Amino acid sequence: MTDHKRDIDEVSGVETTGHSWDGIKELNNPLPRWWLYVFYGSIVWAIGYMIVMPAIPALPGMGMTNTRGIAGHSDRAEVAKEVEKLHTERAAAASQLVGASLEQIENDLSLQQFALAMGESAFGDNCATCHGAGGRGAKGYPMLADDIWLWDGTLEGIETTLRHGIRHTEDPDTRRNTMPAFGRDGMLTPREIDDLVEYVLDLSGREADQAAVSRAAPIYATQCVTCHGADGKGNRQLGAPNLTDHEWLFGGEPRDIQQTIYSARNAHMPAWQGRLDDPTIKALAVYVHSLGGGEK
Amino acid sequence: MTKVTLIKAGGTDAPAKKPEHPPSLYEKRHQIYPKLAHGKFRSFKWLVMAVTLGIYYLIPWIRWPRGEGIPDQAVLADFAGEKFYFFFFEIWPQEIYYLGGLLILGALALFLVTSLFGRVWCGYTCPQTVWTDLYIWVERAFEGDRAARMRLDKSPMSFNKAWRKIGKHIVWLLIAFLTGGAFILYWHDAPTIARTFFTGEAPLTAYFFAGILTFTTYALAGTMREQVCTYLCPWPRIQGALTDEHALNVTYRYDRGEPRGPHRKDQSWEGRGDCIDCKQCVQVCPVGIDIRDGAQLECIHCALCIDACDDMMKKVGRPTGLIAYDTDVAVQARACGQKPRYKLLRTRTVLYAILIAAISLLMMWGYSAKSTYEFNVLKDRSPPFIRLSDGRIRNGYTLKLVNKSTDIRTVAVSVEGLPEAEFEIIGLGSAPDGGSMELTADAHGVDRYRLLVTAPSEGLPARTTLTVQIKDAETGEIAEADAPFTSGDR
Repeated sequence: MTDHKRDIDEVSGVETTGHSWDGIKELNNPLPRWWLYVFYGSIVWAIGYMIVMPAIPALPGMGMTNTRGIAGHSDRAEVAKEVEKLHTERAAAASQLVGASLEQIENDLSLQQFALAMGESAFGDNCATCHGAGGRGAKGYPMLADDIWLWDGTLEGIETTLRHGIRHTEDPDTRRNTMPAFGRDGMLTPREIDDLVEYVLDLSGREADQAAVSRAAPIYATQCVTCHGADGKGNRQLGAPNLTDHEWLFGGEPRDIQQTIYSARNAHMPAWQGRLDDPTIKALAVYVHSLGGGEK
Repeated sequence: MTKVTLIKAGGTDAPAKKPEHPPSLYEKRHQIYPKLAHGKFRSFKWLVMAVTLGIYYLIPWIRWPRGEGIPDQAVLADFAGEKFYFFFFEIWPQEIYYLGGLLILGALALFLVTSLFGRVWCGYTCPQTVWTDLYIWVERAFEGDRAARMRLDKSPMSFNKAWRKIGKHIVWLLIAFLTGGAFILYWHDAPTIARTFFTGEAPLTAYFFAGILTFTTYALAGTMREQVCTYLCPWPRIQGALTDEHALNVTYRYDRGEPRGPHRKDQSWEGRGDCIDCKQCVQVCPVGIDIRDGAQLECIHCALCIDACDDMMKKVGRPTGLIAYDTDVAVQARACGQKPRYKLLRTRTVLYAILIAAISLLMMWGYSAKSTYEFNVLKDRSPPFIRLSDGRIRNGYTLKLVNKSTDIRTVAVSVEGLPEAEFEIIGLGSAPDGGSMELTADAHGVDRYRLLVTAPSEGLPARTTLTVQIKDAETGEIAEADAPFTSGDR
C-alpha cells in the first residue's frame, strides 16, 4: 500500500487489505482470539524448543557443530539406543540360532526364515563389498552362488571359512595354502610357463598348442600335480582349484593364467570370528548356503 | 445465481459498525445460545443422533467368530496382527487399496448427496454436529433454554449458577471420556481393553488416544462448537464447488417472505411478505446466522430454522415452508412469477451416481474374486543366473506365500515352463522328477521359501518364463505366479 488511507468495504463496513484483483478486494477481518493465542503460544514454544533441544548450527566459535540444548537430546544417542533395543529383541531368536545346528536351522522353517533375513542384511553389510550382491562374485573374489567351491561348500565348511578366513595370518585355524610364484621366484623360465599355460588350457578342453602341451607335461607332473592332481581336478583338502572347469577366479584368458603361474595370487579373506557375533555368522552360513550352490 | 452477500462471521443482529482504529487483532467470539426447536426436522435429528451415537458406542461390542488367537470382534483394526476386520470382510496390509476404495466411495457419496440436498452431512451426521447437539442438550438440562442461559451467564456468581455450571462440565467430561474410551475399543478386543484400561495393564497408546479424544471431544463439542465448522473444517469451503443453483438447500423463500415486518393479528396480509421478522430462525440456529441473508459459509443446513419458522407460520395462520429445502433457481423463478422447475438429474449427479455404482461393483467383484492365497515369486537379481560345474544353469528365487485362511494349509508346488528343469526348495529337498513338492503354509501369515531351479543349458533360450503354481491339497485352489528364468547375457 502506497497511501495510508484506510479502505473500507462499503457492503460489510470492514476494512480491506487494499489489494485488488479484478476489482475484488480482500476483507481484513480480525482473527479469532483463540487462533491468535495459539499463534503466540507457538512462538513461545519455538523459543523454548531452541533452548531445550539442539537447534542452531555453526555458530561462530562452535566450529561446524550445533547448540546442544539443555535437555541433552541427541539423535545419535537415540539411534544407539534403538540398535541396542533391537539386539535385545532379537536375543531370543539369536540364541536359538546359536543353540541349533546348521542343519536344524535350515530344516526348521521359521528359524530358516529368521536366519535368511539376518544373513541377507549381514551379507550386504560385510560381504557384498567383495563377493557382490547375492554372492555374484568378481575377478579374484569367488562366486558364492554356484556349486564350485575351493574349500568346502557344506554348511559347516562355509561356517569354518567365515570364522577363520582364508590366509588370515592372525588366525591359526585359518584355511591356508600357498601356490609358489613360479616365475617371480625363478623356479620356472618364462618359456616353461608359457607351455604350462597351454597345458592348462588343454586341461579345460580349450584350444591349445599340442606341441607346447606335450612339452609342459613333465613340468606339470613335477610342479603342479601335488595340489591340482594328475587330472587337474584340484584338491578340496588343500583348497587347490579345479583346472578343468569353466570357472576362473582370476580370469581364464592365457594372459591371466600366465600371470597366475608367474607370480601366484594367494588372495585373503579376513576371519570374521570376533568381528561378528555367533548368531550372525551362523545366519551368514545359512544364507550363503541357500544362494544356489550349497552342498549337502 | 442469486446475488449472495457475504455477512461477517457471527454478525447476528448488530448492524455492521465501522471498526475503530487501530483495529483490534482479534474478534471476540459471540456466544451463541441456540433455542430448542420443535418439529419434524428436530425429531429426525434426535433419531439420527441416537442411531449414530449407538453405532459408535456399540459396534465394538458386536462379537463375530474369528480364528485361533484373533479377538472375536466384528469390527477391529488389529495393529498387532496387521489386519482390519469388518464383519465378513478382512483386509490385509497388502490390500490397503480396499480402504482407499472405501474412502473414494465415501467422498463420492458425499459429493452426490451434497449436489442433491446440500450439506445434509454437516447438518445431520457429522460427528461435530452430533456431539455438539448432545452437549447442548446437556447444557439445556442444567441451565435451561436460550433465555434462561443468557440470564444465567449475565447474572453474578451464586450457588445456583455454580452448581449448574459445574454439573454441566462434569457431565460433559464424562461424555468426553466415554467417547475417547469407546474409540480405543476399535483397536483391541473390546471386553479385554475395557477391563485392562482400569486395571492399568492397557498399552500406553490406549491411554494416550483415550486422553486425546477425551480432550478433543470436550473442547470441540463443549467450547468450540460452531467455530470448528467455520474456522477449522475445510468442508464449508469445498461447498461452493459441490452445490449449485439446482441443489436443494435450506433456503429462505424471499419471493414469499419479503417485504418482511411485524404483523398484528388484525392486519391484512395484502401487499406484504409472510416473514413477520420474529427472529425465531436466528434464535434456534446453532451457528448463530440469519438464514434470510441467503446461502452462507457458516450454515450447516441442519434445518432447525425450518422447524422454528413453520411453528410461527402455523401460529399466524400462514402456510408453512417459508424456509424450506429449495433451490436458488426455483426461488428466483417464483420471484419472477414463473413456474419453478426442479432438476435433480443433472450431469454432475448422474455422473457421481454412475461412478459410485462402478466403483462399488469393481470393489465387490475384486473382493469376491479374492483368493485364500497371495503368491509371489521373486527372482534373485544378482547373480542373474548361475552356471554350475556340470554346465547346467540355475536360477534362484524367493517364494512369498501368504495364507489368508485361519488354519494351516498344505500346498503342492510345481514349476512349469521348462520341462527339463528340476527344482529344489531349501530345507525340504528336491522335487521328484517332474513332480511337485508339499509345503505347509502357516495359518494367517506369510511364509518365505528359497527355490532353486536348474535346467540343462542345451537349447535354453536367454530368457524364458516359468510359471510356479501352488495347489491347495484339500480345496484344490490354485494360485500362480510367473517369474523369468535367465540363462545368458542378452
